[in-house]
Parts: sequence; structure tokens; C-alpha cells
Amino acid sequence: MIAVLPILLGVVPFGMIVGVTAARHSVSPWAAVSSSWTMFAGAAQLVMLQLLDRGTPWIVVLGTALVINTRFFMYSASIAPYLDGIGRGWKTLLPYILTDQGYVVSIVRWSDPKRRGDASGAGGEVGIRLAFFFGASITLWSVWQVSTWAGFLLGAGIPASWSLEFAVPLTFLALLATAVRTRPAAFAAVVGGTVALALTSAPFNLGLLAGAVAGVTAGAVAETRARSKGEAGRREGEAG
Amino acid sequence: MSMWWTIVVASVGTYLIRGSFLWLHGRIAIPPAIECGLRYVPPAVLAALTVPAVVTPRGTVDLAAPELLAGAIAAVVAWRTRSITATLVVGLAALWTTAWLYRTAGIGS
Repeated sequence: MIAVLPILLGVVPFGMIVGVTAARHSVSPWAAVSSSWTMFAGAAQLVMLQLLDRGTPWIVVLGTALVINTRFFMYSASIAPYLDGIGRGWKTLLPYILTDQGYVVSIVRWSDPKRRGDASGAGGEVGIRLAFFFGASITLWSVWQVSTWAGFLLGAGIPASWSLEFAVPLTFLALLATAVRTRPAAFAAVVGGTVALALTSAPFNLGLLAGAVAGVTAGAVAETRARSKGEAGRREGEAG
Repeated sequence: MSMWWTIVVASVGTYLIRGSFLWLHGRIAIPPAIECGLRYVPPAVLAALTVPAVVTPRGTVDLAAPELLAGAIAAVVAWRTRSITATLVVGLAALWTTAWLYRTAGIGS
């Protein structure tokens, strides 16, 4: 719980932005604000609400939200080994509260080589890891709900000069830096970002989808090339 | 489909995505190609979300927008510290400072 305190600094404005966006929704503000507890995924919520506001067809909204949330596949795959053996009840609850921030905070702690011998680290007990993950995640969830409602109810009262919306891309910028640890990952990010930027005026947020697909392909290609170069080098070394 | 249902279906889908490997771990083998692709989803998606929002905050590229400079500074901080807090604090401070500087200097609208 304490570990996420600094991160809450970013969660609060983000949640408030979602709340404000929901309050201004032209179709149904109440359905919009409910997205914070039904979906609980800020980035997708914001894009979804903007698209719905413009009357975008539901299938496009659905597709876009799911594309934005595909990164959760990776988070899920990444934490699964660390939470092996938890009870069925936990396995049903935990996916609901999985977030970028909860994931990052947990995985950094668990994979910390200094904690290897610790109960809280990789070699330790799943119960302790579960407690940490749950504590962090439930804190994030609670703060998110409160922030969303604060934004929803206060909406018009927040001065535009604070530019709170910028907190959203800033949070993702920080998460992006955490996600880029290898050359292929950097390449994936550069390609993904560039394509998305180039197609920023495409309808239905297709630029985002195109950027995601382009970035993933770029990263996979870069990794494959790096691996085959490595293998070729080794083969040459053996032959010579 | 109404807005409410769209959100609900998208939420259920998101839940399934989040649970996927948590439930399947140890039960099915993941093809290496998929595993490889999955690895690059976070950087690709996060970049696709971040870059347009920082470079074109109001829809079009605007070189006089304070977000551009603030974003660049924040990017360096993010890169160096990998800290969400530092990025946020510096980024917002940079935004306010840059916006004030631009206004004083008469740059932009």
C-alpha cells in the first residue's frame, strides 16, 4: 500500500479527468462514469468516452477499447508465474484490479535481485507477493473511484489553467520508459509512436490501432533479426 | 447497441484479457510467435497512446504549444529516472513554466 503512494500522484488527476470527461458526456454521463468501476482502465475509458461522445459505431468503440487494453495480456503473462498457487477466489478477483501501475510496482519488487532471498521476492512466498499485489491494487482502485467521482462532481470548478489533462500522457510517458528496456522494445515504441502520430487524424482512432500493430511487428522483427545475427555470429565462431 | 452495453461488453472483454494468462498459466503452451509479439505490445501501445497526446495535444502539430517542450523534458526525466512521480512533477512544472514563458514572450496564441 505504501509503495504505491508516489504513484497515486498521477492516478488522482487522471481519475479526475475521466470524471470530468464523463460529466460532460453528450449521451449519458451516468453510463460514462460507471466505466470506472466496470472497466477500470483509464486510457481505454478516456478514448471510449470520447468516441462515444462523437457517435462512433459501437463496434469500433469496442474494438478500440480492447486494442488499448491488449497490453494487459502481457501483464497477465508476466505476473502469472509469481502468483502461482493462489486460490480460485483470488484468481477471480485479481484480474478485475490489474492495472499498469499495480503491475509495474509489483514486478519491479518481485524481480529485484536484492530481494531474491527475501520472503517478498522471487524466491519467497506466494502469499506475501499476493498480499503486496492486492494491497497495491486495491489502493489504486479505491483512489481511482474517488478521483473519478471528484472529477465528475467538481467538473466545472477545476481551472483549465492547471492543465490537468497533461497528467494523462505524462503518466503513460513514465510507464513507457519502464516498458522500454531492450533495443527491440525501443524500436517498437519509436515505430508505434510515429505511425500513431502520422495517422492522428484518421477516423475512429485507427491511428492508435495502426500504431500498435506497426509497433508490435517492428519489435518482433527487430528481436528476430537480433537473434539470428547472434546465432550467425556464434556459428561463424565455431566454424573458424 | 446502447452506450451502457458497449461499456459493459468492453469491460468484460478487458477482464478476460487481464485474467487470460493468470488462468491459463501452466495449462497451455503458448506458441513462441505469440509470446514474442506479446512482449512488444506494452511499448507499442503505450507509445501509440503517448506520442500523439504529447505532440498534438489539440489535434494538430503546433510547434508553439508548451506541451511539446514540457513533453520533451518529461521524456528525458522518464528515460533517466523511470519514475512516475518524477515524470509527473517535472512534466507538470515544465508545462506551467513553459506556458508562462511563452505567454510572457508572446509566443503562440
